[in-house]
Amino acid sequence: MKIKSQVTDKIATTIFYMAAVFLVLLLILFTGYIIYNGRHRLNLNFIFTEPNSMEAGGGIGPQLFNTIYMVVLSMIFTLPIGLCAGIYMAEYAKPNRLTKTIRFCIEALASLPSIVIGLFGLLVFVTMTGWGYTLLSGALAVSVLNLPIITRISEDAIRSVSPSIKEASLAVGASHWQTIVKVILPCAIPSLITGIILTSGRVLGEAAALIFTAGISGFPIDFSNMDPTNTSSPLSPFRPAETLAVFIYKVNSEGTAPDARMVADGASAVLILFVFVFNIAARILGKTLSRRFSGKS
Amino acid sequence: MIKKGKTNFSPHYIRTELLGKTIVTFFGIFLITLTICLVFFIASKGLSTFFKDKQSPLDFLFSSIWKPERGFDEGGPLTGGFVFIFGSVSISSLALLISTPFSIAIAIFMTEISPKFGQKVLQPVIEVFVGIPSVVYGWVGLCVLVPFIGNTFGGLGKSLLAGAIVLAVMIFPTITSVSVDALKTLPKDYKEASYALGSTRWQTIRKVLVPAALPGMLTGIVLGLARAFGEALAVQMVIGNNFFMPKSILDRSITLTSVITMEMGEAPIGTVHNNALWSLALLLLIISFLFIALIHKIGAKGSFSK
Repeated sequence: MKIKSQVTDKIATTIFYMAAVFLVLLLILFTGYIIYNGRHRLNLNFIFTEPNSMEAGGGIGPQLFNTIYMVVLSMIFTLPIGLCAGIYMAEYAKPNRLTKTIRFCIEALASLPSIVIGLFGLLVFVTMTGWGYTLLSGALAVSVLNLPIITRISEDAIRSVSPSIKEASLAVGASHWQTIVKVILPCAIPSLITGIILTSGRVLGEAAALIFTAGISGFPIDFSNMDPTNTSSPLSPFRPAETLAVFIYKVNSEGTAPDARMVADGASAVLILFVFVFNIAARILGKTLSRRFSGKS
Repeated sequence: MIKKGKTNFSPHYIRTELLGKTIVTFFGIFLITLTICLVFFIASKGLSTFFKDKQSPLDFLFSSIWKPERGFDEGGPLTGGFVFIFGSVSISSLALLISTPFSIAIAIFMTEISPKFGQKVLQPVIEVFVGIPSVVYGWVGLCVLVPFIGNTFGGLGKSLLAGAIVLAVMIFPTITSVSVDALKTLPKDYKEASYALGSTRWQTIRKVLVPAALPGMLTGIVLGLARAFGEALAVQMVIGNNFFMPKSILDRSITLTSVITMEMGEAPIGTVHNNALWSLALLLLIISFLFIALIHKIGAKGSFSK
């Protein structure tokens, strides 16, 4: 009986090890496949030139620019609102019905399929505002998508600040708000920064919320035009703008260029490298900041 | 100086406390407003199929004939969404079936078998999987998985099975991370008591740890299911988008999200077709709220048994 149970234990352990090894292999194969397939396109020419739907040799320059612009623009909306809501939840919210309702709303917003948020954006930011498909509408839709996450991250970051620091500040006569701004927020910065970078990384890969808000048309932009009020300028938020993720989706479903497949391979490789850079940057920055803030540099 | 416990509207108090407090409270309440707006707008559009266009809600849920553009001389439009509902339910269940055993095995490995390897290697690996964009999952699925299924089993390769496998990879990080948290919060006594009784590690895992962490694991599974249900583009790229009931898991199929993605751009605003697509979106919203309610129920039950 004892022997049997020990044999079973050995078998189970082996299976667990196999699962772990399989997972690591899957990641290596997956990312390896993407980067290997896109290797011919990982050059500056591909990254900076315009796409071409008629012949081979098109690049992803505008899409890459749009993606970065979209990240920045959406964070301009998400960050202040999410941070304020997070401060409220961590510091001011009393255990009552209102707080419970807000918590439910955060959860509900966070679990909504991104396509539903895209449709909400289509209705409110595209149709009702009369803007049509614009970069700004897309950024607003993505903000709605990221808002619950930034709120949660801010709340957690603020809550993880040691209460003794807060009490010390209150004890020397600072008001609650002064304590939050001058003492708690600076202490929460390392974990806030990590969370913010990881969340903005989500915008890179978001496509479902953007196809109905920022549009899937490659709108020609003129990089020499720097007037933000002109719709052919790259800086204008009032122009349709497809991001890299939307571009990959579009190339797959309606690509017409003879090298559409290779363009999608290249774009996927660039996108995934970007995601890696974001993840690594978030980790390194978070670590260095927290080391500096805790005085161990 | 402000004395504690006294409401005092001096300029100093307003500047150092009230102003900031009001702003953050406003944004806290803003989240409620936003959620209500979202539900209201989607519901007002989604319900007009039934109130304005007089489509039957029962047919919408249970009929499998989707002809929203059929003319009135032929009997009027039909908006049966059963094929999409069936597609979404079957693909998510299949994904869950593939993903759950694996995800939980990984979670157990990370907490019980080799926490060090789990922390140093598997944790970052899982985070990378979370970061990979869904279109990239779809693209790799289309380039690798679809031809593989086509060659092995015959047929086109674009199938329910392909969609379910892609989804299984996408939802495993959710299930694993929540299960890891559930296993980590278990009191050490459970494990030690089991070892003291002479059980092997596998017996401890199977008879003590997994049953005790079950509510937390179920939460993870429901979260994974919710993610699978709402995923749009990756599924749409590999599922084949066929408007008929699938005959097997190797047949092409369609989901709620993929029909919205494909047709929303073509259906003119105000038509029955467009409204019916909004009804599908409303259905997605309701289902995602139901999932949250379910998670709360599991959580309440779990804390009660502790």
